[in-house]
Amino acid sequence: MTKKSPSTISKLWSCSAVLAVLLIWQLMTGSGMIDAFLLPSPLQVGKTLITEFPILMEHSVITLSEAFVGLVLGILLGFFMAVIMDRFTFLYQALYPLVVLTQTIPTVAIAPLLVLWFGYEMMPKVILIIITTFFPITVGLLTGFRSADPDAVSLLQAMGAGQKQIFFYIKLPEAMDPFFSGLRISASYAVVGAVISEWLGGFGGLGVYMTRVKKAFSFDKMFAVIFLISFISLLLMHGVEFLQKLCMPWKQNPAGK
Amino acid sequence: MSVLRVDRITKSFDQETVIEDISLELNKGELVSLLGVSGGGKTTLFHVIAGLSRPDQGRILLNNVDITGRPGQVSYMLQKDLLLPYRTIEDNVALPLLIQGMKKKDARKRVSGYFSQFGLEGTQKKYPAQLSGGMKQRAALLRTYLFSEQVALLDEPFSALDMLTKSAIHDWYLQVMEQIQLSTLFVTHDIDEAILLSDRVCLLTGKPGHITREIRIEEPRPRGKDFPLSRRFLEYKQQILSHLESQCSETISVS
Repeated sequence: MTKKSPSTISKLWSCSAVLAVLLIWQLMTGSGMIDAFLLPSPLQVGKTLITEFPILMEHSVITLSEAFVGLVLGILLGFFMAVIMDRFTFLYQALYPLVVLTQTIPTVAIAPLLVLWFGYEMMPKVILIIITTFFPITVGLLTGFRSADPDAVSLLQAMGAGQKQIFFYIKLPEAMDPFFSGLRISASYAVVGAVISEWLGGFGGLGVYMTRVKKAFSFDKMFAVIFLISFISLLLMHGVEFLQKLCMPWKQNPAGK
Repeated sequence: MSVLRVDRITKSFDQETVIEDISLELNKGELVSLLGVSGGGKTTLFHVIAGLSRPDQGRILLNNVDITGRPGQVSYMLQKDLLLPYRTIEDNVALPLLIQGMKKKDARKRVSGYFSQFGLEGTQKKYPAQLSGGMKQRAALLRTYLFSEQVALLDEPFSALDMLTKSAIHDWYLQVMEQIQLSTLFVTHDIDEAILLSDRVCLLTGKPGHITREIRIEEPRPRGKDFPLSRRFLEYKQQILSHLESQCSETISVS
């Protein structure tokens, strides 16, 4: 028998847990314990997902482009905030509470206002996504910048390095790890943020599709789109992990001699 | 001719004088040790020499040019190797050249010539985490050397290594120093290390710390493995110990 690595075993466990939930769900709905119109069975949802696929793809493109634009702008804003807050202590003291405050605003409450101010097009959606995604980025980067070893910083200073060089040689690479942790969170926030803002007004996108099928009481379609959104979020998170591996080659087999 | 001159340096923190009236001269190719108890102000003195902090009084001269409070002139190396984990050894070593404005390609080329001399062949593309403690210190020393071929300040560079690695790196260090003739100011609290490596040993004692004695180690170079076992070595050690004991009534934490 070949030995399995711990990560393979843990994957085995998590996969079987998901399968078990789906199985129980299938048994409960399939046997008629729960009425099919209240909760469709996983198999039913799967079938719907296949028949609805072309329409879902059209809506996905809209949602994903909103999420992408919002996320990119959110990263840029988050990066900018982190850099200036790290560089100037007074800005850190002034802005940090404000940045935290933006995270206490309930997204669902502000989304309709954004629609009133900016209309039904892409703009209000992108703004909402920026507000939700920049925060994990800013906090991640700031933590990283501040975790730089002061001895390493003074060594570079002794070598004659300026602020800019210290930033690029130490602070930025030091912040890569927390940055990607933040980005993983932000990427899934971006999709959820896009869907929520589509609920409250728009012409297309997965959120608009959701409100339509809800009004039609098509619960199978509702679940199909929920499955799809989860799948997209997972895919994005893996994409971020892949990007992280590319950007941080020093994290590969660190113990190998 | 003196490369580095430390001229009557006094420095205090929060009203407390840490080092007082320290004068030192370092000649070309010479290795001078500063030996003293931990917390005796050795690191403070190094920060002043490296230009990271300004002294209250006194000057630092490099080749007769005043460099007091000006970083970027002399390099230093600490007990921690401070190799950046996200750069390959090659790029870590090239860092001082990059900071001085050399192009990455040129810096790598320049650096590669030194790898075999420093016993680092084959580590160019590795990351620090993949190297042993002794190898990391060698890489850090090469980086220090590339920063300034004139003066290196080494602050307990080998004290975190285990005894066998330390002894091996001493042999290696003496060999490399024969070749590159780097003028070195070496801080340590290890008496054996000071005697083995130095041309002169300065004893830093008291509070505030000042230099109370200087001992010349006359042993010719290259120094062999049997030197630490010789009678002459023990006599130097005796001399140093009795001086330190006469100076410090408190417990001495020398190893």
